[in-house]
Amino acid sequence: MDEARTSRRGPSPRLWLAGGWLLLALLAAIFAPLVAPQDPLAQDLMLERLPPFWLDGAEPGYWLGTDSLGRDLLSRLIFGGRIAFIVAFAAAIAACLVGSTLGLIAGYFGGWADRIISRVVDIWMAFPPVLFAILLVAVLGTGLSSVILAIAIIDWTRFCRVIRAEAMGQSRMDYVENARIAGYGRIGIMLREVLPNVVPSIVALLSLEMGIAVIVEAILSFVNLSISTDDPTWGSIIAEGRLSIHQAWWVLVFPLITLILTVLSFSQFGEALKARFDPVLR
Amino acid sequence: MLLQRFLIRLLTMLITLFGVAIVVFVVIRVAPGDPIAMMLPPGATDDDIARLRALYGLDKTIVQQFFIWLSGVVRGDFGTSISLRQDVLGLVFNRLPATLELAIVALIMAVAIGGTTAVLGARERGTAVEAGIDIASGAALSIPDFLWGLVLILLFGVLVPIFDISGRVSPQLDLPFATQFYFFESLLRLRFDLTWDLLKHMLMPAVALALPLAAIISQLLKQSLKEVLDLDYVVLARVKGFSETQVILREALKNAALPTLTLVGVQFTFLIGGTVIVERLFSYEGLGNMAIDAVINRDLPLIQGIVLVFALLFVLINLVVDMMYALLNPRLRHG
Repeated sequence: MDEARTSRRGPSPRLWLAGGWLLLALLAAIFAPLVAPQDPLAQDLMLERLPPFWLDGAEPGYWLGTDSLGRDLLSRLIFGGRIAFIVAFAAAIAACLVGSTLGLIAGYFGGWADRIISRVVDIWMAFPPVLFAILLVAVLGTGLSSVILAIAIIDWTRFCRVIRAEAMGQSRMDYVENARIAGYGRIGIMLREVLPNVVPSIVALLSLEMGIAVIVEAILSFVNLSISTDDPTWGSIIAEGRLSIHQAWWVLVFPLITLILTVLSFSQFGEALKARFDPVLR
Repeated sequence: MLLQRFLIRLLTMLITLFGVAIVVFVVIRVAPGDPIAMMLPPGATDDDIARLRALYGLDKTIVQQFFIWLSGVVRGDFGTSISLRQDVLGLVFNRLPATLELAIVALIMAVAIGGTTAVLGARERGTAVEAGIDIASGAALSIPDFLWGLVLILLFGVLVPIFDISGRVSPQLDLPFATQFYFFESLLRLRFDLTWDLLKHMLMPAVALALPLAAIISQLLKQSLKEVLDLDYVVLARVKGFSETQVILREALKNAALPTLTLVGVQFTFLIGGTVIVERLFSYEGLGNMAIDAVINRDLPLIQGIVLVFALLFVLINLVVDMMYALLNPRLRHG
């Protein structure tokens, strides 16, 4: 409700911060080769475990320090952002397309379509999601497309459940009945009348899902099942940091801060969009 | 009415479990990579491989394999783990108590933290205290258990090293336990020295799991309490001279708790799902940690067993919550 009040006056400061962070991280990821101070893969055992710049023993050019192989942490985080954002956008959009389509069909048509889709959703909800993701990536083979596919296969239910409920509510409204009387076909009504009314929810869920996808990718990297081990990802940096936590805390702290800011920003966006479009709150 | 509801629920539960069994079976059978080839030393002949495949039933068609496996499952035979060469059910039962203890301790913490902050927020509604609780719960909710676990490792494992960040119990300890429920059994045996050691290991993974759920409980319960607090019977209690805290605890809580209860049930399954990665993070020897190893080792029978046990747990929790809701909700009880 807080969000709804502020949305009329324009975005809240929190939303500005969230947007600012995401834009910064996205631009850094896109222009990674230009902005990263070092080669993210370059190992130099002479430079291992350098602390961040404000501590004694730091080297210029290695702002956030280095890991146990002497690789520059800031550059690895910037390059890791590429994979994080690719996974976030691709996986969330794929999950959204599948889930929203099925949710729309189940909610608008009801009957057998609804019963079958709802049963499948029930089955999906009985899987522990993290284990399901790890299992799928193990089956599909590690790699960017496997990670994206795994997240989409698991998380489409998030869209399906919400959109189904919304579409069900919409299909009972007068305007849908009017369209039917006016002679529109069922699929036409679904796409032209019901769909536009559930788009706000879809957009809000999409933003939340991007945050979730970033986390799942990090978890998969953490258990060493995401992308090839050469490419830096936020999760693989965290896994590395977890191991050298007593020798080099910064290797864990900085990717953790990066992940938390990114996830909070995506969820802020999602909440704000939800509040902005929600007719009850507005 | 209640019995009918229960039977329908039971039936859908079985269908769901059957569906889970099919999905997991199909998913791991399309996996590339031969688990049998991984078991044998490099010099094994094709004959050896064929014999071992037959031993694990991998030479039959996928449909045959599924029904052989399923008929075993129904009889309580989940097969033999390929990597650990032990009975799957035995392995699962050996690890399940550790996960259940962790999940239950986390649930208790979530209810305690969420309940307290909800009551406090409802009592102090409209003040800075409520605003503070809202911000804290918003953050606790947005940050998932995996990240909370890492934050806690940094804070209480490295910065102020007061808790253990690895394992379930100190390895040098002599454990007199008859069951795998170490924590609960240590309480019953009054071995509080062991309870303390177990708690020191369990506390941080439990908090990591509890925080997001605590936030949800806090938000929903506070909302329900604030709605109830304006109703006549609550106003009457206030007029009678009860303090605001007494009004909330004695009158409002009872009626505001029902929506929260349903939600806690669903969210508890998410919490259990979260144990998989949180156990890994803290090297806690539970079912989830074993599951990840099973996936990495391509131990098909073990993966199947673990996933099915998780699924069973999930549907059972949903069933219990649904029945509790039906029993507690007067509209359904007499409906």
